[in-house]
Amino acid sequence: MHQFTIAEIIRGLKNKQFSSMEITRHLLTRITQLDSHYNSFITVTAEQALAEAASADKRLAEGGAPSMCGVPIAHKDIFCTTAVRTSCGSKMLDNFVPPYDASVVASFKHCGSISLGKTNMDEFAMGSSNENSHYGATINPWGNNRVPGGSSGGSAAAVAARLLPGATASDTGGSIRQPAALTNTTGLKPTYGRISRWGMVAFASSLDQAGPLARNAEDVAHMLSVMAGADVRDSTCLNRPSQDYTLGLNKSVNGLKIGVPKEYFSAGLHPEIAVRIEAALKEYVKLGAELIEISLPHTAMAVPTYYVIASAEASTNLSRFDGVRYGYRCNNPTNLRDLYKRSRGEAFGEEVKRRILIGSYVLSAGYYDAYYKKAQQVRRLIKQDFVDAFKRVDVIMGPTTPTPAFALGEKNADPIAMYLQDIYTIAASLSGLPGMSVPCGLVNGLPVGLQIIGNYLDEARMLNLAHQYQQVTDWHQAEAATPAPAA
Amino acid sequence: MEWEIVVGLEVHLQLATKSKLFSGASTTFGAVPNTQACAIDLAMPGTLPTPNEAAFRLAVLFGLAVNAKINQHSVFERKNYFYPDLPKGYQLTQLEHPIIGAGIIDITLPDGTSKPIRLHHAHLEEDAGKSLHETSFTASGREMSAIDLNRAGTPLLEIVSEPDMRSAAEAVAYLKKIHILAKYLGISDGDMSQGSLRCDANISVRIKGEQQLGTRTEIKNINSFRFVAKAINVEARRQIDLLEDGGTLVQETRLYDADKNETRSMRTKEVANDYRYFPCPDLLPVELSDEYIAARQRELPELPDARRTRFESSYQLSTKDATQLTGERTTAEYFESVAKQTGEPKLAANWITGELAALQNRAEVSVPQVTVEQLTGLILRVKDGTISGKIAKQLLAQMMDGNDDVDTLIAAQGLKQVSDSDAIEKLVDEVIAANSTQVENYLRADEAKRAKMAGFFVGQVIKASRGQGNPKIIGQMLKQKLNARL
Repeated sequence: MHQFTIAEIIRGLKNKQFSSMEITRHLLTRITQLDSHYNSFITVTAEQALAEAASADKRLAEGGAPSMCGVPIAHKDIFCTTAVRTSCGSKMLDNFVPPYDASVVASFKHCGSISLGKTNMDEFAMGSSNENSHYGATINPWGNNRVPGGSSGGSAAAVAARLLPGATASDTGGSIRQPAALTNTTGLKPTYGRISRWGMVAFASSLDQAGPLARNAEDVAHMLSVMAGADVRDSTCLNRPSQDYTLGLNKSVNGLKIGVPKEYFSAGLHPEIAVRIEAALKEYVKLGAELIEISLPHTAMAVPTYYVIASAEASTNLSRFDGVRYGYRCNNPTNLRDLYKRSRGEAFGEEVKRRILIGSYVLSAGYYDAYYKKAQQVRRLIKQDFVDAFKRVDVIMGPTTPTPAFALGEKNADPIAMYLQDIYTIAASLSGLPGMSVPCGLVNGLPVGLQIIGNYLDEARMLNLAHQYQQVTDWHQAEAATPAPAA
Repeated sequence: MEWEIVVGLEVHLQLATKSKLFSGASTTFGAVPNTQACAIDLAMPGTLPTPNEAAFRLAVLFGLAVNAKINQHSVFERKNYFYPDLPKGYQLTQLEHPIIGAGIIDITLPDGTSKPIRLHHAHLEEDAGKSLHETSFTASGREMSAIDLNRAGTPLLEIVSEPDMRSAAEAVAYLKKIHILAKYLGISDGDMSQGSLRCDANISVRIKGEQQLGTRTEIKNINSFRFVAKAINVEARRQIDLLEDGGTLVQETRLYDADKNETRSMRTKEVANDYRYFPCPDLLPVELSDEYIAARQRELPELPDARRTRFESSYQLSTKDATQLTGERTTAEYFESVAKQTGEPKLAANWITGELAALQNRAEVSVPQVTVEQLTGLILRVKDGTISGKIAKQLLAQMMDGNDDVDTLIAAQGLKQVSDSDAIEKLVDEVIAANSTQVENYLRADEAKRAKMAGFFVGQVIKASRGQGNPKIIGQMLKQKLNARL
């Protein structure tokens, strides 16, 4: 039963092959048996899930329920959930139980989808390996000593391990796409503003974007249809209703122009990944698409630009965690300064502190112009690269990551090496463009991903391209070996 | 050596919106602590600010009222600092791109002359909460600091002047002008006791005639007209004394202590902040269309200066009366209604600026407590001779505490002025009979003296009529009867 995709569950529920209660129970059992190995969940909400399944079955029996009704998913622990702890992977929020739902959570609840729990993540979404979680690292189902990527590593690992068919995730510089690539799952970061950020704990406001992570493009389309849409509570959310993203999946891709940026194949890219990407591009040629070499000249500046802007925003977004109103508070503070220093010092992890320091530095008087302002200027140049490219091509393709999944602990001593994991994903984030990762093969037994970058609000076309590729290839169906169930 | 004081003011005006600048929580003053703070005001994780259009509307009305440039593109920035009453760890405010640009505010000085004060800009920002020290205790009785976030997120318009004021009196006149404007426009209740209007004063001194500005100090958070004047004077005196003694001024922030009437330096630790301003990525720039601004222009009421001029010309009022009548929008509108309904603008002005104003002062209220209908009726009854001016004053006092109209009061108290000549003749005869000595003196006096002495007899008759006799008829009848004896 856990092999079912979202599309198959929707059909199964509709045809009464099984109930939402049955599949929910099955997946909860599987999580209990296996997740001690993966550590992909921070919180499992079994009781609530079963109650939701019961009411979903009722709605399904009545008829006319939305398509995602009764489908079990989970939410990255960055999304606030009423009465369910929302930790954001941090000791700071270990005791935080929100009195409200994130818009994304509310949308799924409204449809009658089942939430199995909250998935593991790098603390405050800062990281590319899921090792920065207060709740311990998540293990990549594709290798016992391998990271699942981050920061949405919990969601990605849970989907890859067939603990659930899909999960919500968020992406600031690559946090959906990179884990998707490393775990052989399909993930989409939509256009900035396509999905409301209300109730999603902020890391870097101008970059944060929620998105779905699932087994294939069709399932991602089902989830995105629920998640997308306008929201007056988020000023940066686009004023545009959602749409049914499954409708255009079967269109022909014949005649589409695919831009291939030469900068995405330079030194640093694992040669075997280059081979897999070229093979994938050939499949598109077979489907009738045309490949056009393009240049994105400011690519090399994307990572440093990102770390200035994202850290600047994070440094002030995280100021609210001060031990005064909610969250962690140190024991017996002697005065206000002590309360601030120890609450934050004791509850934030190393990477979070590093980014708060970087961010405070680049915004401080005397450095603002040299760093933050300059980074904003470069950000405009990076965006302009894409605007120019999209005058010539319909979509851009390249690798999602420079390497397959690396070993646990491998990059911990070297933050810069860790940051370079997102070298191909960050430019689209800085430009607000939608980006997607699609499984396209294995390198030394580890999955790698093809990245599809679309023009603004062109998610339907990207999903169409991904789906057509998945009709002629079966990389996305490759499955990691299941570990022995916990005793 | 003659010194000159140079003052610039930063006025914080609390805007009269129903809800906060970035949340739907109420802004009502005086609620139980922390009952008017929602998840956004508490800066709960994942919450986002939603701008309140009403605040932009009120800010634009102010800008239009002072002929300022309305910036069609304005940007909220984050001003970062840690304090327990600042939940997000930053204040949302406008720095580089404020909503209101340069303008002019004409102030009227006590001697009646006016002076233009340049507005540098005005920007929108959110207020912080309140930290309460020494008023709260733990269960075990230990003193603790408490935080009330009801005020957190309340919209403020910070109005920043150029250093154009040259005395405490000018500063007070400027502050009063903003106060009047705010109430006219309905953009703030302007209640200083509730902190709806407070200001920071930038003060420096220089030798008269010098062009260069002296080193300035900033006095924070002054919350009454009286304290503004006192703080400026005492701080200027301090600066002059220091300079005359050969000392050097430090640019710093100071506090005014009203009890001791002195300013003192705030610890530098409290002010040496790097606020790390940057545009808030949760908010889009505010873009105002031409149509939006034009609609606000149409919404703009007649302003005090224009109204004063109009009152002088269309109602032939003195500048003094017109100024007094236009000081408050409600008073001005009240006057106009009474003037129109009675057809007697001059009488309406006299009653409102005279007797009614005196009654209001005594009752310590600024808004007329007597309705337009009540005062109109009163004036008409004086005009048609039903009651005397003296009775009318008594009735006006009664109207302050009740809703009865003038005719009801007259009827209830039997106050109708007696114009019946038979009744008056009887009283006149009685008075003449009872005061034979005065009558003798009257008859012996020359004509000029007689005119003066007539008042005595009129007074006696009015007294005998318990104030209800018509003085005009009494005067005529007395003159006739007395002159008949000559």
